[in-house]
Amino acid sequence: MTQQFDVLIIGAGAVGSAVAREMARYQLKIGVLEKEMDVACGNSGRNSGVLHGGFTYKTGSLKAQCCVEGNREFDRVARELDVPFRRCGKVVVGFNEKDMASLKRFQARGEANGAAGLEIIDKKRLQELDPSAGGEFAMYSPNSGILDPIAYNIALAENAKANGVDFFFDQCVTAIEHTDGIYAVKTDRDVFKTRWVVNCAGLYSGVISNMLGIGGYVIRGFKGEYIVLDKKAGAFINMPVYPAPNENGGFATHAVPTVDGNVLIGPDSYITEDFEDFGVTSKHIEGLIEDGSKMFRYVKREYFIRNFAGIRAKRVDPETGEVLDFVCEARDEAPNTVNLVGIESPGLTSALPLARRAVALMAAREELKPNPNFNPVRKAVCKFSRMSLAEKEELIKKDPNYGEIVCRCENVTRSEILAAIHNPLGACTVESIKNRTRATMGRCQGGYCEMRITKMIEEEQQKKETEILYSRKNSYMFTGKVRK
Amino acid sequence: MAVQQRDVIIIGGGPAGLAAAVELYKKGIKNLLIIERERSLGGILRQCIHDGFGLTRFQQTLSGPEYAQRFIDEVEELEIPYITNATVIDITCNKTVRAVSPKGILEYRAKAVVLTMGCRERTRGAISIPGTRPSGIYTAGVAQSYINLNNKMVGKEVVILGSGDIGMIMARRLTLEGAKVKAVFEIQPYPSGLPRNIEQCLNDYGIPLCLNHTITQIKGTSRLEGVTVARVDEQRKVIPGTEKDYSCDTLILSVGLIPENELSLAAGIDLDGRTKGAVVDENGQTNVKGIFAAGNVLQVHDLVDFVSTEAERMADAAARYVSCNSLEACGLNVRTDGNIVYTVPQKISGKKDFVLSLRVKKPMRNCEIRISQNGEVKKTVKMKKALPASMIQVPLRKEALSDRADLEVAVTC
Repeated sequence: MTQQFDVLIIGAGAVGSAVAREMARYQLKIGVLEKEMDVACGNSGRNSGVLHGGFTYKTGSLKAQCCVEGNREFDRVARELDVPFRRCGKVVVGFNEKDMASLKRFQARGEANGAAGLEIIDKKRLQELDPSAGGEFAMYSPNSGILDPIAYNIALAENAKANGVDFFFDQCVTAIEHTDGIYAVKTDRDVFKTRWVVNCAGLYSGVISNMLGIGGYVIRGFKGEYIVLDKKAGAFINMPVYPAPNENGGFATHAVPTVDGNVLIGPDSYITEDFEDFGVTSKHIEGLIEDGSKMFRYVKREYFIRNFAGIRAKRVDPETGEVLDFVCEARDEAPNTVNLVGIESPGLTSALPLARRAVALMAAREELKPNPNFNPVRKAVCKFSRMSLAEKEELIKKDPNYGEIVCRCENVTRSEILAAIHNPLGACTVESIKNRTRATMGRCQGGYCEMRITKMIEEEQQKKETEILYSRKNSYMFTGKVRK
Repeated sequence: MAVQQRDVIIIGGGPAGLAAAVELYKKGIKNLLIIERERSLGGILRQCIHDGFGLTRFQQTLSGPEYAQRFIDEVEELEIPYITNATVIDITCNKTVRAVSPKGILEYRAKAVVLTMGCRERTRGAISIPGTRPSGIYTAGVAQSYINLNNKMVGKEVVILGSGDIGMIMARRLTLEGAKVKAVFEIQPYPSGLPRNIEQCLNDYGIPLCLNHTITQIKGTSRLEGVTVARVDEQRKVIPGTEKDYSCDTLILSVGLIPENELSLAAGIDLDGRTKGAVVDENGQTNVKGIFAAGNVLQVHDLVDFVSTEAERMADAAARYVSCNSLEACGLNVRTDGNIVYTVPQKISGKKDFVLSLRVKKPMRNCEIRISQNGEVKKTVKMKKALPASMIQVPLRKEALSDRADLEVAVTC
């Protein structure tokens, strides 16, 4: 690999993809290096999918600024990038006097941060807003919302790609060298040369900082587990229901509807040393059932369809362990770098505001020429299940592949699977298909469609069965043929 | 979108749908249609290449495809209409059925709708097995379809969780294809599959069946590397200190089947929390007049032979319904004691012969099934052995029944 880039972005999560998209507005040769086989494999795809209001973060902090800014613009962003989003509001519920004091404190903080419309509501109003919510009273945040975090990450990346950004998957950065104004970014497979490096490495942002010569950042992994509930339970919930935050603004287990109609119960929070450990545990699932039931009445086993875990990359004070603000900086000791460290919740809401700040840091050091061909609009693949009957009829007429349902739980058609297999980013694991179409995400968890999808990957990509991957590198699904 | 009128729409062309279609046709209901989502008829039997089907019905042992073919041949001979590659997406309570096909959206109005959608497998997520999420974890039916229909081998070193019939059949299948099946672990103190499968699929191949065991951890971030298994107590709680690690690249789950009733719910059909199938009367009719159910969509069977006869009995009633536009009311409930998981039907008239299906909660020896009304014993069946894995069927004659009192079913030792 001898290509030379103007900018290399490390990490293709929501923040890396947003930075790529915002930098594509300028005449720059941009590459994104991702250690996994696709975008959204880290915490960008492992969260509650909430567009936050911005009332828990310290006034004046980067978290507060970016969150409020990101919240305000998201209707336009969702339209531009064709991302499923609903500004459904959110309630933070309380049970006792201590909770009420907490809610009032965060209402005042929210108002200082510029989060509009926050109000304390009584039980009657709470029950009107969400009849299944627990709690005696609540703070209502009308501007909070829910979005599909994976679809958002994919949309940002696809829009970046459409505007000329190159994505490189399965490239784990192992070292960075700086000589004569050029960075050589070494991965486990290649070397990439670039004038600028942007660190969007999430959990590994501290490691990449060190490689850039910026020491001292400590990232601690706060792991949280989730239960995904069937859409049957989704009928009972209107908006996210959170418990009153603790003194540091941290939330315990909540109940959140997804834009697709499921419900997420979680996350709890515990520290993990292993940043690759996305496993779930019996102990924590039991805890989620107990705590989640206080928020939402229908945490029943018959509705369980899946579990997952995320790890929030919190920057902490090495001495006290206190959780610190986002870092978005360009430091002299590492010229031509933008360093984004400790981006955790509200990272999804803040992705574009952070990306604009990263661009501004770069623009302060060199002149950026606008890219006259930049197009901010991206269209998602048409989702059959969301269409009206007449639209469905029309789609099938145009493309008979829309008339073949491959995933029967989520009503995903052959046409959508084909589009996902041939997606612009070139990612093609079973999980890539799942994340783009929702196939295998329903209650049968791929029992019906997974074998159809693997067969289609095999045919469309001319792959041997042993080359089909489930999600990560080496996650082969088959050991060979049964018969030659 | 042209709406077509049919006397009966049958949803699903597996064993239940095929048997229902043939029986309806023979009873004179010829304006019917089977809607099948696959490219060919046969349902799950297409992937069941092992033998043992048809022993009760045909007194021979057939493979799944052979068993299905007997019915498919009859459908073809009688020229019973069917469409394949069409997925029903909606049924309404007034019996409008909508399907998606490459030809467009198909819409039908029917006098009666027959639900024969079969069942799906319970998954890892449904039972919250802890651990990471590597590749190499398959439900038994999915592994079966990969191996038997797709020519894809799923792994080399296998552990099986759950002693369902398909899991045991896959233990044998994988062994025959050169994989090493280390053990089958079952959380319950008794197997959930049939004794003949334990004998023919596990014992014959030296595969141990470990009861009172479950998986407490899954390891590996890319491909499965191993599982931790532990013994459980009577409350199914893990006994600390009994954990043991097994290295394996494949985990097969055979942890239960769930009738596939998403379409039924949309039509307003009441489900039984115990069977997860519709609440039906002795005619196989649901609470929605003119919508009938039979086979694994109604209750999960252990033998396909019973699926076929259940579907035929239901079809007889559905044919009468189409002719008369109603059936006798079934106002009596079937009530059970604590030793019984469920019965089908759940409602009866007391005026008609019918077959009562039931399952016991735990293995019982030298027991008696007692069926009574108003304290008066109507029928008793003595059994040397009653197993949860084996469905019990008791034929009841109308002469013995009253049409005034609920039916009480009890099993005692």
